[in-house]
Parts: sequence; C-alpha cells; structure tokens
Amino acid sequence: MRVGLFVPCYVDAFEPEVGIATLELLERFGLDVSYPFDQTCCGQPMTNTGCHAEAAATEALFVRNFTGFDYVVAPSGSCVHQVREHLTAIPQTPEVTAVRERTFELVEFLHDILKVEDLPWAEFPHKVSYHSNCNALRGIGHARPSEINAPFFSKPLDLLAKVRGLEVVEIARPDECCGFGGTFSVFEPAVSAKMGYDKVTDHARAGARYVVSADSSCMMHQKGCAERLGVPLKFIHIAQVLNGAAA
Amino acid sequence: MSAPDDLRIHDGAADRGGLIHPEIRQPDDESERGPDGSRLQHAEGTTQPLSAAPKAAQAREPQPRGARIRGNRPIDQAEAAERFIAAPLHLKAHDERLWDLRKKRDAVAHTIPEWEELRELASQIKAHTLTNLDAYLEQFEAQAKANGVHVHWAADGAEHNRIVHGILTDHGARTLIKSKSMLTEECGFRHYMDAHGIEIIETDLGERIQQLDKEEPSHVVCPAVHKTRLDVAEVFARTLGTDPENDDIHYLAESQRETTRPYILTADAGMTGCNFAIAETGTVVTCTNEGNADLSGNVPKLQIHSIGIEKLIPRVEHLGVFIRLLSRSALGSPITQYTSHFRAPRAGTEMHMVLVDNGRSARLGMEAFWTSLKCIRCGACMNTCPVYRRSGGLSYGATYSGPIGLIIDPTFNKRKYSTLPFSSTMNGSCTNVCPVKINIHEQIFAWRKVLAEEHEIPLVKKGMMKAAGQVLSRPAAYRAAIGAADSALRVLPRFAVYNPLNTWGRGREMPETPRQSFHAWYKQNRAKTDGAA
Amino acid sequence: MSARDGILRAIRQNRPSGTYALPPLPDFAPLVGDDLIASFGERLERMGGRLAQAGPDGDPLGAVRERLAGARVVASAVPEVAGNRDLARVAHPADLADVDVAVVRAVFGVAETGSVLFTQDELRVNAVAYLAQHLIVLLDPADLLVNIQAAYRRPEFGRSAYAVLHTGPSATADIEGVLIHGAQGVRSLTVVLLART
Repeated sequence: MRVGLFVPCYVDAFEPEVGIATLELLERFGLDVSYPFDQTCCGQPMTNTGCHAEAAATEALFVRNFTGFDYVVAPSGSCVHQVREHLTAIPQTPEVTAVRERTFELVEFLHDILKVEDLPWAEFPHKVSYHSNCNALRGIGHARPSEINAPFFSKPLDLLAKVRGLEVVEIARPDECCGFGGTFSVFEPAVSAKMGYDKVTDHARAGARYVVSADSSCMMHQKGCAERLGVPLKFIHIAQVLNGAAA
Repeated sequence: MSAPDDLRIHDGAADRGGLIHPEIRQPDDESERGPDGSRLQHAEGTTQPLSAAPKAAQAREPQPRGARIRGNRPIDQAEAAERFIAAPLHLKAHDERLWDLRKKRDAVAHTIPEWEELRELASQIKAHTLTNLDAYLEQFEAQAKANGVHVHWAADGAEHNRIVHGILTDHGARTLIKSKSMLTEECGFRHYMDAHGIEIIETDLGERIQQLDKEEPSHVVCPAVHKTRLDVAEVFARTLGTDPENDDIHYLAESQRETTRPYILTADAGMTGCNFAIAETGTVVTCTNEGNADLSGNVPKLQIHSIGIEKLIPRVEHLGVFIRLLSRSALGSPITQYTSHFRAPRAGTEMHMVLVDNGRSARLGMEAFWTSLKCIRCGACMNTCPVYRRSGGLSYGATYSGPIGLIIDPTFNKRKYSTLPFSSTMNGSCTNVCPVKINIHEQIFAWRKVLAEEHEIPLVKKGMMKAAGQVLSRPAAYRAAIGAADSALRVLPRFAVYNPLNTWGRGREMPETPRQSFHAWYKQNRAKTDGAA
Repeated sequence: MSARDGILRAIRQNRPSGTYALPPLPDFAPLVGDDLIASFGERLERMGGRLAQAGPDGDPLGAVRERLAGARVVASAVPEVAGNRDLARVAHPADLADVDVAVVRAVFGVAETGSVLFTQDELRVNAVAYLAQHLIVLLDPADLLVNIQAAYRRPEFGRSAYAVLHTGPSATADIEGVLIHGAQGVRSLTVVLLART
C-alpha cells in the first residue's frame, strides 16, 4: 500500500512534530509512505474566503503531487474536508476525482482503512479533553455530532481508548466550535478570541491537563487563547499521542 | 380606551407594593414548579436561572446596540460584535440563555426515535411544495375565497404595506394589534404605519419591548433575548411609566400585560403572521406561547394575516410533521402553548389574507440557495451558532440574523449584506439542528464564492487571497517564504497570521516558530532516495 | 400585470429543476403508553397546565369548585357548570374582559403533548379562552387521542372557521428566560376529566 503523506502548510511551518509523528505512526504499520516534496497547501484559505479562482493553481499543484498513491493521508480534518468536498476550482478530471476520493484524515484512515486494533507503544497517563475539529466532526464524519439523534460513535475516542493510562474528561459543550474558522480568526478577531477563551476555559474546568485534537489549526488558536488567559493547558496532536509520545 | 384599572378583578391591587395585578407571582411561585417540586421544563423557560443574570446592585451595564447602519454600505458585523463582547454581563446572559435552548432542543429531539426521519420528511414536503408553489398558491387562494376570506397579493414589502393600509382605511381603522411576524419586519410595516398615522401595538412581550425601545427584534423567536431585565426595566420605566427601580421580571411582564390589554380590547384591527398556510383548506396556522395571535385574530372586528408565499404546505396532515418539529427545535418544548388554525371569518367580521412575495419568487430561481425558502423560522440555527450567541442578533444589521440570516439577507441586498456570510466559522452545527434540513453552512460557503466573483468582498481581502494563491501554488516561492523559520510568521500561513492590523495577536498569543519546518526535517532525516512521488 | 399574475409567473419561470415528490407519511408509533390519561396529565403539567383530580366525594368538579366560587364573573360554555355571563349575549368580544373564569369543553385531548382542541363551536366566543383570567377545560377521557399525528387526521381542521390547540396556559420567557404564565392570555389552564353527558 503506497501512501502519500500530506503535511498541511501550518503543520509544516508551526507543528513539524505532528508531521513527524504521522509519518512514524504510519510506518509502524508497515506502510510505504512517501512525502512529495513539492506539496504546499490544499487551497482551503482561498476557497473558504470565496476566492475559488485564486485557489485553482494551488489545487492543481496538490493533485499533481498526490496522483498515483493508493491513499493520501493528512493529520488534519479541515484540509481533508477541503480536498474531498471543495477542491472544485479545477476541471474534475478522473485524475482529480481519484485523488479527492483517496484522501483520508489520519484518524479515519487508522480507524476505517487500517482498522487498527492495538497501539502497544502508546501510553499517555494524563487527563485529556478531546477537541473535535468541526470539519472532522460534521464534514467528514469523525463522530456522531451532539445535534443528531443517532447512536453515539467516535473514531478518535475509539483510538484514544487504546492508549494506556489516558483518561478522557467530558466538557460542558463538547461540539462547540473553538472559533478558529480559518480566515474567520483574523477577519472577526473579537468573536474568534472569545470563542477560544470559552473553549479553553471549558477544557480546564473539566479537569483536563492536555487538549488532544486531530487538527493543529484549532489547537494553534486555542493555545494562543489559553496563553493569553493564563489557563495552564497543554496541547498535543492525536498523531503524537497515538505514536507513543510520552507527554 | 379603558384604563388598566377597569381590568382589575380584585380590590386592593394598589396596596401591593407596586405590583399591578394582585395575582402576580413571585419568582419562586408554584406555577414554575411541577408537582414534585422540580422546576418545570416547558415552553421557553430556562432549565436553571441564568448565572449571568445581573443583579440590580451591580453597576448597570449599558445595553450594547446593534450594527451601525450606513445607507447601503456593507454591514460591519465584526465591529458590532466586538461591542457586544465588550459588555460581559449581556454577553454571558445571552450566550447562556441560547445555549440552554440548544441543550433543551437536543434533549427533546433525542426522546423521539423518528426525529431524523421527521426532519427528512419536513424537508421533502417543503421541497415538493416549493417546486409546485404556483399550483399550491392557487389552491390556497381558491379555498380561502370559498371560506369567505379576502385574498390579496403583494409583490414586495411596499405593496404589502399599501394593501394593509388600504384595508384599514376602508374600515376607518386607526389602531392595530398584532402578533409577531418576521415578514412584517421585512416589510418595515411598523415604520410605514407610523408615518401614516396608524398606531401599531405589538402584543408579543419580547416584540413589545423592542417596539418600545425602537429596536428591531434580535432573534426570530426571542426578540429581546439580547436585553437583560435591567434593560427592560429601563425601557418600561421610560415608556410605560413603571417603577425604574423594580426589575422583577414578573412585575415587568405583568406591567406589559396590563398596559397592552386596553389596546387589545379597543383596537380596530388585528394582524398575525403565519407559520404555515394550508393549501387544501385555506387555513393560516400560527404558533405562539402567549396567546397573542389568538387575541389579535379573535377580538377586533377586522383581522388580517400576512403570509410569506413560502409558508404553504399541501395538507392538514402535514402539520403532523411540522408541529412536532417546530417548538422542539425552537425551545425544546413539545409544542407551543397555542397552535391556532384560522380558516374563516367570525360572524360579522372581515378576514383578509395578504400573500407576500418580497423576493421569494426570485430566490426560488437561485440554484444554490432556493432551499433556504424551506425555513420555518424556528431559530434553532441561531441558538446553536457560537458566533450569534457571542455577537447578538442586532450585530447583523438585518431582519434575519444568525446562520439563516447569513444566507437569506444577501438575497435582499447583495451589497449591504455582502459581509454577513463571512461572519461564520462554517462549523455546520446550524445545518444539523435545522428541522427542514437546509444545508445552511454549505450555503454560507456558496455565498462567499458568489460574493467574491461579483466583487462584493473587500479588495484587501481579495488581494490577500490572490497573493496567497500565488505563493501556495509555487513550491519554490512557498519554500522561500517559510525557508527561514523566523520569517514564517510574517509570510505563512498568510491567511492566519498575515494582516496589517495583526488581529491575531490582539486576542491571542502568537504561535512559537519551531527550529525547523517538517519539510526541512524530512530532507535532513529521510530524503535519501526520493522526494517527489 | 397584477401582482398575483406577476408572482405566479415568476414562480413558474424560476421553478427549480428536478422532481420532488410529496412523501407519504408513515404511521409513527405513539410515544405514550397505554394509559393515555396518565401520559396526558404528565405532559400537560410539564407545559404548566393542571389536571384536576376528582374530589374525595367523587365530585369530578371538586378541584375547581373553590376557583369557581371565588370568581366574580364566570363564563360557561358547558351545561355542567352554571356561569353568570351568558356567552350567547356577548355583543363584542371585548365585553369578556372582566371574566375571571371561563369553562369550555374540549373536542379532544392529545396524550403526546397534553393539548386540548377547541373550535368556535365549543368556545361560543373565541376570545373568551384568552381574555378570561383562568380557563377550566372539560375533557371526556374517551376523547383522548394518542398523538399530534392522530389529531391532524381529525375533520375539525378542515371544517372549522377557527380551531386551536391549547397546551397549558399562556406563557412567555422573553425576559431572561424566566417563565411567566399569563403573558397575554389565561393565567392558568385546568383540565377536568368529565365524560360528556
């Protein structure tokens, strides 16, 4: 199985450990993982702002980089959602649709494709609060959203349950958006920051020491909010926890 | 007009410490409690008192006002939201109240096994009706006429107002009591009638508060939810002459009842909006908790119902779907206190129905947006919206606020409301709570595209995206931009950290820059044989 | 062109593509148990209404006798209770402004929600159910329907000039979410189970 590793731009620039953990974790399962060197971004910043024409060249580059893999895997629900649902600024050739269909977010790839049963190397003896990225939750179906009257399931919590010592705490508003919202975070800064303050306060009140998420973008925002408020929370990507990070 | 005194049914009310009506209840009164002593969960009441409800002893926090309206210029929702957030008591009360409604909605929806199926049915019934709207309107009209109702058609809000004014003039009517109607808000009905010397009295408590304070409703179901009891006490003291020091909610509500009732008894005409219009029977259905639509429709000799043409449903049996969804979605209660079906005039009275288009038929032709016409105005999307809860409905500067407003308002004025679809994180919760399954967050996304293509987004924003697109589509330029780690913050990701005002850093700490990007790490540690796939 | 024709023409021109059939409505299983009276009473009380229990002497109206006795003006639309305001002689609905207690019979009740239905025939003067301070409703237990879906299969909605479901009394929570009964209509609603005579 040939896997193309997609490391989103902000992970590349700000959270390289998340990319490393994703790569190592995939390799633990014996996969042939490649990292296409010319990758940049999925085009989300532009399309989310309505600027689809401005996203076309970036989308085309993405497809060029990731054509030919059995799967493309990224540690970001938000970018995968963009690729799967919104990579539409370029003509939808068979090559483009193939890449879009084969692109998976790390958690769902582990849960649905690899059907991971054990993570013997993973131990994280801490109280954690799991943050659902909205695109991962409602866009690509990581879990049953709280609004929906359907049986509960959660792919990330299934995986975290396999990590020794890890305890998940429940927060008061589990599915509430943290306020990052991509460009929203800079164009509507007051509301974005307030949402972030409320989110990190909720995590802290629930007794969490760590916030775990499948998205670095939400955590980058929440981390900035927690630091500004002086809330003692640590943030770690689920790829790192599943790959056996100690803390 | 009768004085409120005439309505007293017991003596001695004046001796009761400022309480107008002798039956006024104290906040801990039994009517809020069930037989087992637990707090009643019904209707609109909160599941517990708001922790943020301000105490009179606290310093009064002025009510934050809504967006500044500057003609046709785009609404600055972010600016108004920032002022709302700067009023912490209001913000907290607002957020808590609406989140409580969302939780009540979840709780009640999860007790109904067929909930998701009901949503799907409601969505399909609306899709069917909207795609056959001409036939259903004709059927409705024919039925209504056969029932002895006068039917009128209005192409827009102005025509609606002229028609109603004409009806009132024909009857020499000078006063009109009405129940809440978003359609009449759309039409600017009160302002029009003010200018023509017709006195309009809103009879929904929240709407009355807003009318007296000369503000628009901030929420489709809870018009004054952005106000605290102190704000209401101030408005009522100023306009109704209540005791400015008394902010007891029972006192305030009772004062409204007592001062509105004389108008109800003497009004020349009554008006309601419409929740559902049934084609099969020509019936207008209203759903209220206060009974004010029934007073408006059953006391004056002249009754008028304003109906948005999208309110049609084919048959009575379909109410069995919509009524089960509406109040549960809105408030978490199984049904509104009153579900009223007005079909024909009372003996000796006249009944008029005004079918209003006001942009709806045009919206039907918008491929990406026509399903927004399914909306039944429950407000669930507002209650769940994290942005709405933290900015207040008036920050949108439009008739419709919150998620549904973001996708409807630009159909009325693409320039003025061009900014609204950006006041969202597109988290998708609105879509999940929508009882008629409108894909609200996807329409927000689609609106952004339309607005960008039609040059209705700021040039600076477009410029940033163009620059980002150029960097992100060229690996060499991209690598150069983030090659030196300390320059990454200045250049990448531009969408997150780049902007002239550094809005990121105002409320948040900046992310630390790592020693090395992933790309550099990979090149150093792994790139022995290959690179590109 | 008239507004009517203009609107209908625009609707036809702008009709969305695709065919959207009207879905058949399935019969949903009732969400109440076999004891409809218990379910009705429980839901009614949750909505702020009261279900009157028969008095110790078996007087079905026992629970409301006190309220009736304390009222100065009683408007009764039922033979079981004598009032002192004749609804047949009301010239204008506003004349009912001083009614303390109105007594009416429900066409039917709905167990799923605790609702009762009236039409203009039961109310005699529609406004009495809103202008009165308190409403007493007689309901024959045999007239209880399981749910709202069953209610909307009844013929009253197609033939009545006015039909209304009441579920508890008038209520509002428009100020800080605090529940108030008697926002604009009746302050209390009490249902008395009493077979039709």
